[in-house]
Amino acid sequence: MPMDASEIEAMIRSALPDASVEITDLAGDGDHYAARVVSAAFAGMPRVRQHQLVYAALGGRMGGALHALQLTTATPD
Amino acid sequence: MSESTEVNARIAEVVGGNDVVLFMKGTPLFPQCGFSSRAVQILEHLGVEFATVDVLRDPEIRDGIKAYSDWPTIPQLYVKGEFVGGSDIMLEMYEAGELDQFLDEKGVPRAAS
Repeated sequence: MPMDASEIEAMIRSALPDASVEITDLAGDGDHYAARVVSAAFAGMPRVRQHQLVYAALGGRMGGALHALQLTTATPD
Repeated sequence: MSESTEVNARIAEVVGGNDVVLFMKGTPLFPQCGFSSRAVQILEHLGVEFATVDVLRDPEIRDGIKAYSDWPTIPQLYVKGEFVGGSDIMLEMYEAGELDQFLDEKGVPRAAS
């Protein structure tokens, strides 16, 4: 079952309240998204940990309901 | 040994026994997913020798590796026993020149290009 972009954004924001989240629907099919998440919480973390935080925010949907989420993480400048 | 312990032991053996190993869908010649294909291309471009595990041929590993790495998707790259990430992280690191540097730091030999 596809997920709505706003639903993805809300889940990420609930775990990372300071985050700026940009979601792009890559294929227009509600199933292949790109997300860019910028949060101060990522500071000093290796990329793997940053992505794991976002996946945790999505509560197991990644790889299930959400087939493809091309993820980019960064800290604010 | 419980089933999951057994799978973990098999994964640990593969991860420990290869300098660079990619858990992927399909094979380098016939990748079965765009993300796995991208991961293979990056490693080939870097001229690094790598082992692959086709998770589509082994459902236990397919589920097991996700728990093992605490990572929800395939492909997954391990270098010298260390989990590096999936295809997004590989691409980000590759484009920043960090993957090349990381392989150097880990002492992984590269073919002259």
